[in-house]
Amino acid sequence: MPENDKALTPVPRGKVSSYPIEHFVADVEETPVLPVDASTADGAPRSIWSEAWRSLRRQPLFIISALLLLMVIIVALFPGLFTSQQPNDNCLLANSDGGPAPGHPLGFTQQGCDVLARVVYGTRSSLMVGLFATLGVVVVGGIVGALAGFFGGWVDAILARVSDIFFALPMILGAIVVVQLPFFRENRNVWTIVLILATFGWPQVARITRGAVLEIRNADFVTAARSLGVSRMAALIKHVLPNAMAPVIVIATISLGTFIVAESTLSFLGIGLPPDVMSWGNDIFSAKSSLRSNPMALFWPALALSLTVLSFIMLGDALRDALDPKSRKR
Amino acid sequence: MAGYVLRRFLQLIPVFLGATLLLYFLVFSLPGDATAAICGEKGCTPAVEASLRAQYNLDEPFWVQYFLYLKGVLTFDLGVNFAGREIATIIAEVFPTTAKLAVMALVFEAVFGIVFGLFAGLRKGKFFDSTVLVVSLVVISVPIFVLGFLMQFVFGVKLAWTNPTVSGDAGFTELLLPAIVLGLVSFAYVLRLTRTSVIENANADYVRTATAKGLSRPRVVSVHILRNSMIPVATFLGADLGALMGGAIVTEGIFNVNGVGNTLYRAVQNGEAPVVVSIVTVLILIFCLANLLVDLLYAWLDPRIRYA
Amino acid sequence: MRSPRTPKLLSVAAVALLALTACGGGDNSADAGAEGDTGRVIIADGSEPAQPLIPTNTNEVGGGAVLDLLFAGLISYDADGTPQNEMADSIDTEDAQNYTIKLKEGKTFSNGDPVTASSFVDAWNFGAAAKNAQLGNTFFESIEGYEEASAEGSTVETMSGLKVVDDTTFTVTLSQPESDWPLRLGYSAFYPMTAAALADPATYGENPVGNGPYKFAGEGAWQHNQQIELVPNESYDGPQKAQNAGVTFKIYQNDTTAYQDLISDNLDILKTIPTSDVKNFKNDLGEERSIESPYAGNQTIAIPYYLENWSGEAGKLRRQALSMSIDREEITRVIFSNGRTPAQDFTAPVLEGFDEDLPGSENLEFNPDEAKKLWAEAEEISPYNEAEPLTIAYNADKGDHKTWVEAVINGLKNNLGIEATGKPYATFKEARTEATGGALTGAIRSGWQADYPSLYNFLGPIYTEGAGSNDARYDNPEFDELLSTGLAASSVEEGSEIMNQAQEMLLEDLPAIPLWYQVAQGGWSTNVTNVEFGWNGVPLYHAITGK
Repeated sequence: MPENDKALTPVPRGKVSSYPIEHFVADVEETPVLPVDASTADGAPRSIWSEAWRSLRRQPLFIISALLLLMVIIVALFPGLFTSQQPNDNCLLANSDGGPAPGHPLGFTQQGCDVLARVVYGTRSSLMVGLFATLGVVVVGGIVGALAGFFGGWVDAILARVSDIFFALPMILGAIVVVQLPFFRENRNVWTIVLILATFGWPQVARITRGAVLEIRNADFVTAARSLGVSRMAALIKHVLPNAMAPVIVIATISLGTFIVAESTLSFLGIGLPPDVMSWGNDIFSAKSSLRSNPMALFWPALALSLTVLSFIMLGDALRDALDPKSRKR
Repeated sequence: MAGYVLRRFLQLIPVFLGATLLLYFLVFSLPGDATAAICGEKGCTPAVEASLRAQYNLDEPFWVQYFLYLKGVLTFDLGVNFAGREIATIIAEVFPTTAKLAVMALVFEAVFGIVFGLFAGLRKGKFFDSTVLVVSLVVISVPIFVLGFLMQFVFGVKLAWTNPTVSGDAGFTELLLPAIVLGLVSFAYVLRLTRTSVIENANADYVRTATAKGLSRPRVVSVHILRNSMIPVATFLGADLGALMGGAIVTEGIFNVNGVGNTLYRAVQNGEAPVVVSIVTVLILIFCLANLLVDLLYAWLDPRIRYA
Repeated sequence: MRSPRTPKLLSVAAVALLALTACGGGDNSADAGAEGDTGRVIIADGSEPAQPLIPTNTNEVGGGAVLDLLFAGLISYDADGTPQNEMADSIDTEDAQNYTIKLKEGKTFSNGDPVTASSFVDAWNFGAAAKNAQLGNTFFESIEGYEEASAEGSTVETMSGLKVVDDTTFTVTLSQPESDWPLRLGYSAFYPMTAAALADPATYGENPVGNGPYKFAGEGAWQHNQQIELVPNESYDGPQKAQNAGVTFKIYQNDTTAYQDLISDNLDILKTIPTSDVKNFKNDLGEERSIESPYAGNQTIAIPYYLENWSGEAGKLRRQALSMSIDREEITRVIFSNGRTPAQDFTAPVLEGFDEDLPGSENLEFNPDEAKKLWAEAEEISPYNEAEPLTIAYNADKGDHKTWVEAVINGLKNNLGIEATGKPYATFKEARTEATGGALTGAIRSGWQADYPSLYNFLGPIYTEGAGSNDARYDNPEFDELLSTGLAASSVEEGSEIMNQAQEMLLEDLPAIPLWYQVAQGGWSTNVTNVEFGWNGVPLYHAITGK
């Protein structure tokens, strides 16, 4: 395998630069020793994760996003605390598309339901759909992508081709088939939607993880770890994965939002959550039919969705910063 | 390298067999009787239903139907849809338009996503970064069927800069708006991916080195930061091409584009297995080729990645 | 809403006079079209025909609209649904069972072939024969010999009831007297076809040759999923003569998109304003470019009798209670902006013989107090099984049903206090398969668009035992008996009276809950004028002119 040998020995590739390179060493005054350069020789080595957590909890970005998220979770768990109206009862056509009224600060939907109550009560299903579908794609896609990228060869060939097939399957087709399986037929719920979104969403995460792992596995610190006798699996988990997280976090946080929205597209196709289940997706889809006469019915659930996505994106950013020692706040 | 490419091409064979089998099975398991779609609201007589079933092999067991289809494919005969039209003709009709649309969307999301993401990353936490964050939030949290409709209404109807719908010729200017709408969500992904990678690489040792050795800022940014930030972005874009081609159902519907997404959707509704399988197979081939290109691109972007 | 038109007698003399009495109600559009630019090509919205354009094989509106312009049958319907002679010179009968049909002399197809008695007889035989598997097959069921020709696996290619007398005369024998049979002859399944068509239907279906007011603009005028270009057929001379330089059907995937093209003047006429724009369209277009015109169609909710909660005496009371807790007036006003009219029977007001005050029609009036009382009565007979709450099924892929189904459900919750949910099916075929297979778990949205203007068309195919669209599985021998009697009546007027007696049973039993009648809400661009909609909700394309 001559090509393999080539890969291991540093051979200058391509054109060698003729650019004259000046070599100089800066004064200590110019590049003072920073806290990040300090090392604690006496303490036990901390894992990258506990390092990250130490840095994370001091970040304002993290604190803001965590508070926002906590708020969303509380609304999801105890919707009754935030509105006295029932979301699905007392929908009177007499109130159709009505503006704000006493007791109904955000007005009414086309069906005459209270917008605030629907947004508040829709939080739980939407959050669950977004959160668990994301969790599903990250776990499945992450594992598949990491194995394919790290081990390469036939492992890569099989896993990557399987994910190609899944990626190209039209989601509607799969979704229509899944919802008619005997098990889901009569009890379509949040988990059905999660399953559909995760089944057809994981290949994207797998591709991204594979690309990131491919890039990282050749990094010096991985080679160093391996030559220190760290096993391949341990090197993947301890050294490669944490450093390949950044793009996965980005994909995951955005996907969380797109999954919540995708649920409304599934409703649009008649395979989403049942119409009596409250969700932002259902609301946004319903509001579309009166978009020009009553845009506010669409605005509020979309705003709630935006804030949730925002909190996850900020959380993702904070986590990424924390995992990357170089970009830590000095 | 050549060996690697050859092997990737050989892998297309099991992918083709696996995908067609799985797909055919999915369409076969779709609920409802396919003749119900042909007969419509008012139904047909049992005799007519029986002839239709015989005509489209609907009475045969799954394996027989699948092998009949496979036999057809190998003899370059994809068969006909329920309206009696050649599937090959349908594919030749819809793929060029969709390909144009998808490539335009891809270029849009790549150019704008990377440029905006780059500047957002370089100015992390500043006003520009926050602005693009808000823009991407809007794109993510408002479904495309709403955004597309609004853009069509504003640019097509109110301002009349372009026709609200796409004609049969599907020219470049007509496809501009649909392509932007189609690429919007992916634009958000590209933007955030670029931004994150740029932030990560902006602090890398080789960037410090490059800056230290006196390279101009544009050169540092374009060659050292950007090029090294491109792996996740390229991965995403490569995978997205297939999604843009097959998954443009909503966008094609809004702008009345006669494309792959809606042809596929209608075929799924009707349970026309040969149409669904043929179209998706073409998509899978495109998708695999795009992924192969991306894998080869990795080696160019990051010389440490090699294929044997 | 009783129709102001004089009842039509479909006896020997009356049929011959049909052409003269054509101007029944509103103005005759063909005359009105005299002023206006006749040189304009009208761009109209259309949908892709589901099958090649063969009259006997078309069972949906996309293809139907094109066929109606390409072909002329024995008769056609004017804007009010009044029959007028096209190819027929006379349609005579003495017993409503044996008909003699004489054609006008010298009529031709657009390729010059003469329209003869065989053009009709051969086309109808082609349509009925089992081996051709034509989707419009059942339209010939009244003709003697249909059973033999259409039976599964039959090799009989002709119906014994059809006989060619000479080039312009043929006779039809029905298997039983049906006084409204001539009314059906304007439907597309009954159009004549050329001999070449029957020899090679697949080729013909791509480039059909008809005898109607329009013809294909040339080979390949049908660009699939994009447009179908029609130009006037010079050899046509009849009541639907083209007043414009052609009609191009631009094919849309949905009405919302077509609407955007309409308000930006890229489309000349849109026959259905999408639900999402019913509130805006009069604002966007102005009164002078929009229309609301009732047509022969209705919307109902069918409740199968095989559901325990809804069968027997208790089921009947519950059906009545359900019907009375739906505020039809409010829903049609709020959701459809008055684009529908609350139903008072099972047919449609534009039809001859429609009666808004049938005994039992009070069951369709909003009366929540009475509804609660009836529900309580039903509870005493047999308790409602809460484990099987009411669902209303609809298909999500075609038509916008979600909004009104939700409104009906909210009404049931508020006014009757029962649990109900909508049940969307992802595909039409899935919903149809469950409905025809008797596997529904709840009610299903139903409805009917008339094929031809007759009360029977709204009753026979839906509520007689074993009928193809009897989703409720209604089985009432007395009702079936009355319908047969009504069909055999010596005049349409007399027949309608008997049909309405049969309807009284439906209003009592409520196999389906009638909701509202359809109203065509349409609009047109600034470039065209002389727009009128027909009895079936389709614009009279031939009469539209440029400004």
